[in-house]
Amino acid sequence: MPLEAVASQYETGTDQEFLYTLNFGPQHPATHTTLRLVLTLDGETIVKAVPDIGYLHSGFEKLGEDLDFNQYVTIVDRMNYVSPVANEIAWHHTIEKLMGLEITPRCKYIRTILAELARISDHLLCVGAVALDLGGLTAFLYAFNEREKVYDIIENASGQRFHPSYTRVGGLINDVNDDFVTQVRAFVKSFPKAHSDVCRLLNKNKIFIDRTQGVGVLTREEAINRSCTGPVGRASGIARDLRKDEPYLAYPELQGAFKIVCSNGGDCLARYLVRMGEMVESVNIIAAAIENLPSGPVNIGTDSNVVIPDKSATYRSIEGLIQHFELFMWNRRFETPVNEVYGANETANGELGFYVVSDGSAKAWRARTRPPSFIHFATFPHLVEGHQISDVAAILGSLNIIAAELDR
Amino acid sequence: MNHQEAIDAKFGAESAMPTEFRDNKRLTVPLEKIYGVLAFLQVQRGFDMLCDLAGIDYLGYADATDRYGIVYSLTNTNSGERLFVKTFANDPDPEVPSVVDLWEAANWMERELYDLFGVKFAGHPDLRRILLPDEFTSHPLRKDYPMRGYGERHNFPTVTRAES
Amino acid sequence: MALKVDDNIFVSKLDDLANWVRKHSLWPMPFATACCGIELMATASSRYDLARFGSEAMRFTPRQCDLMIVAGRVAMKMVPVMQRIWLQMPEPKWCISMGACASTGGVFDTYSVVQGIDRFIPVDVYVPGCPPRPEQVIRSVLDLQEKIQKGGTINGREFARRDTYEGPGDRLGELDPSEVVIAPGNFATGKRLRGLPLVS
Ligand code: SF4
Repeated sequence: MPLEAVASQYETGTDQEFLYTLNFGPQHPATHTTLRLVLTLDGETIVKAVPDIGYLHSGFEKLGEDLDFNQYVTIVDRMNYVSPVANEIAWHHTIEKLMGLEITPRCKYIRTILAELARISDHLLCVGAVALDLGGLTAFLYAFNEREKVYDIIENASGQRFHPSYTRVGGLINDVNDDFVTQVRAFVKSFPKAHSDVCRLLNKNKIFIDRTQGVGVLTREEAINRSCTGPVGRASGIARDLRKDEPYLAYPELQGAFKIVCSNGGDCLARYLVRMGEMVESVNIIAAAIENLPSGPVNIGTDSNVVIPDKSATYRSIEGLIQHFELFMWNRRFETPVNEVYGANETANGELGFYVVSDGSAKAWRARTRPPSFIHFATFPHLVEGHQISDVAAILGSLNIIAAELDR
Repeated sequence: MNHQEAIDAKFGAESAMPTEFRDNKRLTVPLEKIYGVLAFLQVQRGFDMLCDLAGIDYLGYADATDRYGIVYSLTNTNSGERLFVKTFANDPDPEVPSVVDLWEAANWMERELYDLFGVKFAGHPDLRRILLPDEFTSHPLRKDYPMRGYGERHNFPTVTRAES
Repeated sequence: MALKVDDNIFVSKLDDLANWVRKHSLWPMPFATACCGIELMATASSRYDLARFGSEAMRFTPRQCDLMIVAGRVAMKMVPVMQRIWLQMPEPKWCISMGACASTGGVFDTYSVVQGIDRFIPVDVYVPGCPPRPEQVIRSVLDLQEKIQKGGTINGREFARRDTYEGPGDRLGELDPSEVVIAPGNFATGKRLRGLPLVS
């Protein structure tokens, strides 16, 4: 609680008197979020970095034991708040795995499109923020412009632009309309332009390259040993992507539309380039998915007793009303197998998994999250050692640490 | 030879109890053999990534005999295979051997588990609280801790207009 | 006898002038902790452009700011930090509590999230929403400008008059020791619980 340095963290040695300690955060622009670093410095060189996290610990997992599977989606949203809808999809992916439900093809495609849009918006923020920290405001403005379009699409689909809470067990809260399709098509068309704008600003920018190349190198062995997944892992040469390795949603049918973007640089530049490359692949997936969007219902049949009937059915038919009550009465609700299951999705930051223990009721007994930010941030002290203070911003930005996911 | 047979052959019969649900393959390993089994799986069976470390408090769970469950999710990055290894610890002094020397990633995961469940990890290099303040005394994800806490969240002085 | 002045001379109170100057150049200190912070960034960037209202000069050091925007939930560990930043800002200063979490705890009624920052620092404008839309944030800045124009005096005397804390903590009064359980530990014990014995 008090802000003095963590006592046990000083390096001891003969030249200890030349070292000094710098407190970084918890409220600092370059962290973008709330985390604190205690840096031991020798001149400008970082000898040791001790992260201190938990400044946004809000008890997500405790809430997961208190809310039912549909309610908890609102909380999961707030976990990685840069790409909220991807978290929802991962959460309900796990719940549907637990209950053994197979969602409808249309729902799969819509979820896939939204997950990819979320990936794009996450990468855009990450890239824009790295550029901002390294002194390039323009790329940040370009990126935000594009993110607004993603927000518009999500708002059109769900009614909320930021935290949509769009998925439900066995489907979605409502179907998308034709506008959605038009908007997504327009986005697919306009995005490459914005992408190349950002590329032209940064890819050959001398300052940007100088400040990211060779900074924060993570080798393949270290990356595996430290459980890095997603862009961080792939930039270090782990060719692993759950969309290819354990295809879920509509990815099995879209395998031809995308490739895994890898690099073996392992430094901040490689991570940036992997993110830029992934955005192109994501747009390809969206383009393929929107053209193949199947028709049909978005929810699995109401006879399955797990989906919330839509409002007109609740108000106008007795079956709908009964179903509604079955799901919302305190003593009814879902029946789940008494077992535990781990389900994971490839989100923008890496493998977002949930380990759900069920005791047969509508609530999880334990809803453990595998938070990619937390695991990636654990590598930070290792990455930053021996670098200069100014590299802290580059490395932090390239890992894309989201505080709410870090601390939950 | 599948993993369970290999473990049984090395560590004696009944060292690993296999269960399966959906696509998750689980092995339940007794606490005293857990470190050996994990090291064996890492070195001999190619599970080079510790994907996740989950803790579960089974206090009040139907048919549960042990209180804390610890689940190691292992991944083989070459074949993409997953394996879940589970072990149990019990009050009053739950203690599990640390696997930091096998996987560096376990460092923070074990600290988090210690913070939220109070399960100690023997041999951990730096077992401090990670998410909650050091002065905090409870372990909030235990089932006997209320969701709204014991009022710690409002235990701070107030700054008024006059003071500031 | 009335004084005759030229048309281009403008008579005002010094107070009004000072307030007018203040309200059009609010420098926010974005205390962005969570999701609302991203919306705050969106408010300041291309499409919504907070600069139109003179509040775009975000400064990350509290000593240069006069408006603190608390965007996002504040956890137990963060409260002392928030108070310290508030105390570091020079007078006159204002505070906007952005989002449901900062105002009331929002969906996070859990052991570690503060149920409203107004328990610990004074707040001028509350913005509802989870997160508030950028338009709402802009509206709150406008409201605050109105408040400044109406309320402030040149040397900020209104702050001195409000010497008692008006937040919910006070309205509830002192708690009876039997009603509270204080976690052991050396948390600096707050106003409501001052002087209570620690239980173990
Ligand atoms: S009010 Fe909503 S958007 Fe804002 S910080 Fe809280 S949960 Fe996030």
